[in-house]
Amino acid sequence: MIGDLFHMLIFPGFLFLVVFALAAEWVDRKFCAKLQNRVGPPWYQPLADLIKLAAKEDLIPESVDRGMFMFTPTVALASVVTASLYMPIWGRQALFSFRGDVIVVLYLLTIPTVTFFLGGWYSRSVYSMIGAGRTLMQLFAYEIPLFVSILAPALLANTWSISEMSSFYRDHGWLALFNVIGLGVSLVALMGKLERVPFDIPEAETEIVAGSFTEYSGRLLAMFRLAISVEMIVGATLIGAVFLPFGLDFGPPIGFAFYLAKTLAIVAGLTVFRTVFARLRIDQMIDFCWKYVAPVAFVQLLVDLVVKGIVTT
Amino acid sequence: MKRPGRMVREVLDSVFRKAATTRYPYGKYSMPGKFRGKLDFCAEKCIGCRMCMKDCPTNAITIRKVGEKQFEAEIDLARCIYCAQCVDACPKKALEATGDFELAGIDRAKLKVVYRGKPASEPEKKT
Amino acid sequence: MHESHDVKVPIGPQHPALKEPESFLVTLNGEKITQLGVRLGYNHRGIEKACEERTYVQDVYLVERICGICSHSHATCFVQAVEEIAALDVPRRAKYIRSLIGELERIHSHLLWLGVAGHEIGFDTLLMYTWRDREVVMDLLAEITGNRVNYGMNTLGGVRRDISPEQKQAVLKGIDALEERTKYYIGIATEETTILKRLSGVGVISHDDTIRLGVVGPTARASGVERDIRRDDPYAAYDELSFKVITTNTNDVFGRAVVRLLELMESYSMVRQLVNNLPDGPIAVKAPRKIPAGDAFSRYEAPRGEDAHYVKANGTDKPERVKVRAPTLANVQAVAHMLKERYLADLPIVVAAIDPCFSCTDRLLAVVDPHETGSGVITWGQLHSYSIEWYRRRGVDFSRLNETFRAGKDNG
Repeated sequence: MIGDLFHMLIFPGFLFLVVFALAAEWVDRKFCAKLQNRVGPPWYQPLADLIKLAAKEDLIPESVDRGMFMFTPTVALASVVTASLYMPIWGRQALFSFRGDVIVVLYLLTIPTVTFFLGGWYSRSVYSMIGAGRTLMQLFAYEIPLFVSILAPALLANTWSISEMSSFYRDHGWLALFNVIGLGVSLVALMGKLERVPFDIPEAETEIVAGSFTEYSGRLLAMFRLAISVEMIVGATLIGAVFLPFGLDFGPPIGFAFYLAKTLAIVAGLTVFRTVFARLRIDQMIDFCWKYVAPVAFVQLLVDLVVKGIVTT
Repeated sequence: MKRPGRMVREVLDSVFRKAATTRYPYGKYSMPGKFRGKLDFCAEKCIGCRMCMKDCPTNAITIRKVGEKQFEAEIDLARCIYCAQCVDACPKKALEATGDFELAGIDRAKLKVVYRGKPASEPEKKT
Repeated sequence: MHESHDVKVPIGPQHPALKEPESFLVTLNGEKITQLGVRLGYNHRGIEKACEERTYVQDVYLVERICGICSHSHATCFVQAVEEIAALDVPRRAKYIRSLIGELERIHSHLLWLGVAGHEIGFDTLLMYTWRDREVVMDLLAEITGNRVNYGMNTLGGVRRDISPEQKQAVLKGIDALEERTKYYIGIATEETTILKRLSGVGVISHDDTIRLGVVGPTARASGVERDIRRDDPYAAYDELSFKVITTNTNDVFGRAVVRLLELMESYSMVRQLVNNLPDGPIAVKAPRKIPAGDAFSRYEAPRGEDAHYVKANGTDKPERVKVRAPTLANVQAVAHMLKERYLADLPIVVAAIDPCFSCTDRLLAVVDPHETGSGVITWGQLHSYSIEWYRRRGVDFSRLNETFRAGKDNG
């Protein structure tokens, strides 16, 4: 019981996730600065930003529903932290795993997007409502490719548990090569989920100020931003667990190092995408996702079904 | 020839280049040669014609008589726009623009600088 | 709730999309813009009136500060008008130096625009790279003129500073480096898919509408309207330079980007011609303090389009009337036309594509009286007495303000 509490709150639970999220945010910002030929922030900048936001006053507009306004950031942060409990950090076993946890994790990762929508909607400001609407429109575009590209390898591995998927692909390494298309698709869909350029349409600074977060300030905004950073880590961990199954057999220190390397490599890849693309318009993004990304995801599904058929005979 | 991610190569090369930003004020920065910064007034050359006062767009400079053929100048650094028109207007070249641009302060009174000539003893430039 | 599902979104006066305050009241239906209302006047500083209270020499610096990016354009335009009234014969070397600074300013402005356009479509890397390259031009200008913006190069009758041979070499080297970078940016703008998606087909205005709405500058040249004051009504040294007037036919924001990029290449060649053929001679003629009575209208091709100044002199050392018509005033009326039935996401880039400089534009103020309908124009005298009366009704007496102000000035 004490051990479980320790795991949930300290490591690899809440505290570790917060520290790692801030570190990954620093890696993202520093790497982005280097790519843009700038200097970039010092290592303590994300922590300083968090503390500064937490120390400021929460300004809640008069006409909003206070309960929902304050509830949504908490739910966002809670759901991403919960999602991390089902993913293997090192070794082959996650903290709590059961058959079917990949579905649970995917739904837990959808909850933050819904809270962005609700937070923006309940803010009752024009910019927030437009941003909230765009969040949902974007959800409909990338959610299917994300689900399909994560579930296709699950089909091949014959299990709905993330830990067992990782183990399966570690043992049958060459089968993981058939999932390369899924890796690409899930990276694109993850960019949509995290609302990063080229898909940061719901939070387009030059069009709608800050989208859903326009009316948020102080600790509530700090929770939202922390939730986004943790979501980045959790999404990268998910992709690493499903598509990059190596380094699982070493003991804690080396296995942990492999995990850090995998996750930060995915974060670095997302950063490069952030720097080389412009922001798309919402209709262009939906076009792109449904015309190109979703069919490729279904191709991956087909490939996995075919391979599974061949392998099991 | 449309290509997504056209900037990738350049962007990845930038990682190995030095940053284009100067870490001012930890890194020193100075403006090129004839930058128009804070003015310098040589009271010995001034003849009190007050052409500089007439031409100053913001009335930043005031020439006062302090003795027989002796003048002092008071320049309000906050009003001055560093155009150096007074430098051009002075027939005796008594004014000159230095390259000093780090003039910020927290006391408005200190921004009025008075330039006096040398009396018999040491020069007294109050800043 | 509401019968129509139209939402009114205020873009401005303070908004991250706008670099300067201006109010666009957008009526949205979903993501589509159904109506656009433009209100100008947030940057009105009373510059035209202030010019009447200062001498011509002081006015050169005041007019220069109408805008930071097109400061040399305004200063040169004003000085040309005054020189025409006074019938001064500006030496050739001064004209060449004026054109050189003007072209360097155009290079600086177009590079800045490229960065701003990149930022408006979410492409921050382009912003960082182009502004890094802009530093080359700004250092050159600081070397030659003594300041990075608001160059103070012009004076009545010529220019104030001369160019040394080392500075000429530095200019040529800087231009070579910038030409390499600009070729790279032309490649990016024409080939990067996301940029093409955001810029093509956006902000379309037809050739005929461009002429009808009076659009000027690169915005007009992107719709095939071939107008450039440097060729049509040459001033300074432009009648001795050979250059092309760049136009495209795409009528959209992408065309405007291409026009500006190719104009950069033309500017590089013009700078080389100016530096290599710089004639010898004096850099200024002596200008009288009191300009004889008369008036003049002068035009200049600023980086944003046609800039027009009208100066009326009455024989004293202060002008009687100075009127400034900035290019953005001509272009901003086309914005409402371009954004009809387009998406909200296009608004920042369409506004940015006309290269707005609202500091240049705001020469008048529209005051809305909620109790009155219709609009009218009042003269300066009426406005003066109306404002004194307005304050007197509230217990403040400003009628003796002029005397108090002058008394206070002597005390420092």
